[in-house]
Amino acid sequence: MSTWVYILKRIASSIPILFIVSLISFFLIRLSPVDPLAQLKLNPAISQETIQSETKRLGLDKPVIVQYALWMKNFIKGDMGYCTDNTKVSTKIKSRILNTLLLSFCVIFFSWIIAIPLGVLAAVYYNSWFDKFLTVISSVGMAIPSFFFAILMLLFAQKTGWFPIGGLTSVDFSEMNFISKIFDIAHHLILPVFVLTTISLCSLARQMRANLLDVLNSEYVKYAYAKGLSKKKVIIKHALRNAINPIITLLGFEFAGLLSGAALTEFVFQYPGLGKLILEAVMQSDINLVMASLMIGAIMLIVGNLISDILLKLTDPRVRV
Amino acid sequence: MKKVFAKLKKDKVPFFAFCVLFALYFLILFADFFALYPSSYSNRKMAYQPPNNIYIITPENKLSKPYTYNYIKSFNKDSFSIEYKQDRSKKYYIKFLSKGFEYKLFGLFKTNIHFLSVDKECNFHLLGTDINGCDVFSRLFYGGQISLTIGFLALLISFPIGAIYGGISGYLGGKTDKVLMRIAEGIMSVPSFYLLIILASILPSGMTSLQRFALITAILALIGWAGFSRVIRGMVLSIKNQDYVKAIETIGASKKRIILKHILPQTSSYVIIAITLSVPSYILAESGLSFLGLGIQLPDASWGNMLKEAQEFANILYRPWLLTPGFLIFIAVLSFNVLGDKIRDILDPKTIK
Repeated sequence: MSTWVYILKRIASSIPILFIVSLISFFLIRLSPVDPLAQLKLNPAISQETIQSETKRLGLDKPVIVQYALWMKNFIKGDMGYCTDNTKVSTKIKSRILNTLLLSFCVIFFSWIIAIPLGVLAAVYYNSWFDKFLTVISSVGMAIPSFFFAILMLLFAQKTGWFPIGGLTSVDFSEMNFISKIFDIAHHLILPVFVLTTISLCSLARQMRANLLDVLNSEYVKYAYAKGLSKKKVIIKHALRNAINPIITLLGFEFAGLLSGAALTEFVFQYPGLGKLILEAVMQSDINLVMASLMIGAIMLIVGNLISDILLKLTDPRVRV
Repeated sequence: MKKVFAKLKKDKVPFFAFCVLFALYFLILFADFFALYPSSYSNRKMAYQPPNNIYIITPENKLSKPYTYNYIKSFNKDSFSIEYKQDRSKKYYIKFLSKGFEYKLFGLFKTNIHFLSVDKECNFHLLGTDINGCDVFSRLFYGGQISLTIGFLALLISFPIGAIYGGISGYLGGKTDKVLMRIAEGIMSVPSFYLLIILASILPSGMTSLQRFALITAILALIGWAGFSRVIRGMVLSIKNQDYVKAIETIGASKKRIILKHILPQTSSYVIIAITLSVPSYILAESGLSFLGLGIQLPDASWGNMLKEAQEFANILYRPWLLTPGFLIFIAVLSFNVLGDKIRDILDPKTIK
């Protein structure tokens, strides 16, 4: 039962943060000297009625506080207005969220699967050649700018022809059957996932190594050894369980880093994700889209943190609110 | 500080990283001296010229002073493309420490001595030219001046803010703490790169390059302080319960004095670690921003905006010399990471010896 109470409390505590985020994303953009409807007005395809309804919807003729309240009300209802190309912001964002989530989940999955064993091995064989090798490789991996790495990978794709260059789907995607559709998407995902995984993997493996080293030096591990348990059992059953807790906390941060880091990678690979959307929106000064995607990005981040906190609660009963 | 340096010297790899960084900062300090062309130089007729090769062996298989050939641009009517060919008719010898364009060292001393130079008629581009015919080699130095300093400048803004904010929040506690920390969490909850590009995009366009540089620095600083302040707050929470703080309180020192003079100095070793470990993230953020065209803008150079050319696929394939700034970013960031790790090991008492 206490787990549920914890989860409820945790959800409740993220509401004020959401409120602050909404304030930030609203006032940041409203304070800028850009007319929120300038792009709409310039587009001859958009009728006068749409502009008027947008003015009314945003409450542009009313004071700023009222505008904020209106925007918030509409946002909660799911109505985020129109983009400059006259499509609904909500429909545009929906597909992008799915793509970004797909990318992020793949990256988190692979980086965990690879990083944790690597970190464990490095810690168990502390100061061995493997440990040193991993330290070197991971510092190299952490130092490559993601977009530069992505460019190099594009070059690789071009030279070998093994991978498609950018995008998420092939040209003839709509004519494929279900299975080849999945293969097509997977084929397109390999390079972006590889780039982002390599980057997040390095810091994760280091963190895992440091945590396990800390734990391996603690009293209860020595006790377990003294009891006569095998090395394998001590590490897997006793040490690893405690060493992994801080990594779970990192999950939330990693998600944050992915959202940010993915923006550049998405841009280079022309991957239709949220990061690329917000970039395009910013370049075209599409105010509605910018505000909405900023909010959505923040919500995804908060939810990510929430999930990692709940997971931590499940693995570590000592955690309290 | 001396102790740290002595320990640093013992370990070869971090010491090497330190030397690399020292060399990089030395090079950008004397950027004009090492550069082949002034920062405003651009020769649009020679766009995308490949790098000049330097020869020390003549076609007659004799050793000679280093020399290079000029490139001649021609239009190939069959393939419809512009081609560069070496003009082998005349050798241009490379002169060391001789006269070139005039500049002011540190903005003070007028001089025209350069590390490398050739005769004026030769278009001497060690790393080729970009789309505007700017010399990539020279721009690496000018770009480094921005890319390598902007991180430190941003830290100079964000760290004091973060420290004082975290100090106040942790020391006062109660409702102030709650409100302040919620605000910090709010800022941390916005994906930082999204915030960065939005802030950069609402900058007005008609700014001088210096103003733009200052504002980009401010924006970078604005992103980083929140996470830092949370850590400082956590440390302050444990420090403020120590006896010596109670003693100062009894004497009647003001809150401002206690926070600034007695509590925050206790966090200094963490601050040093955090600074060396966060410089790279600022360098990366700046380069990412400039890469997208939202950071430092032409005609100013930064390693990020030089890489902007790599957005075009033809450039990566046929003009690989345009990718050099990427390797420099990589080297700088790697050195900072290695150095930061070592400094953490030295200063942090918890690390295993």
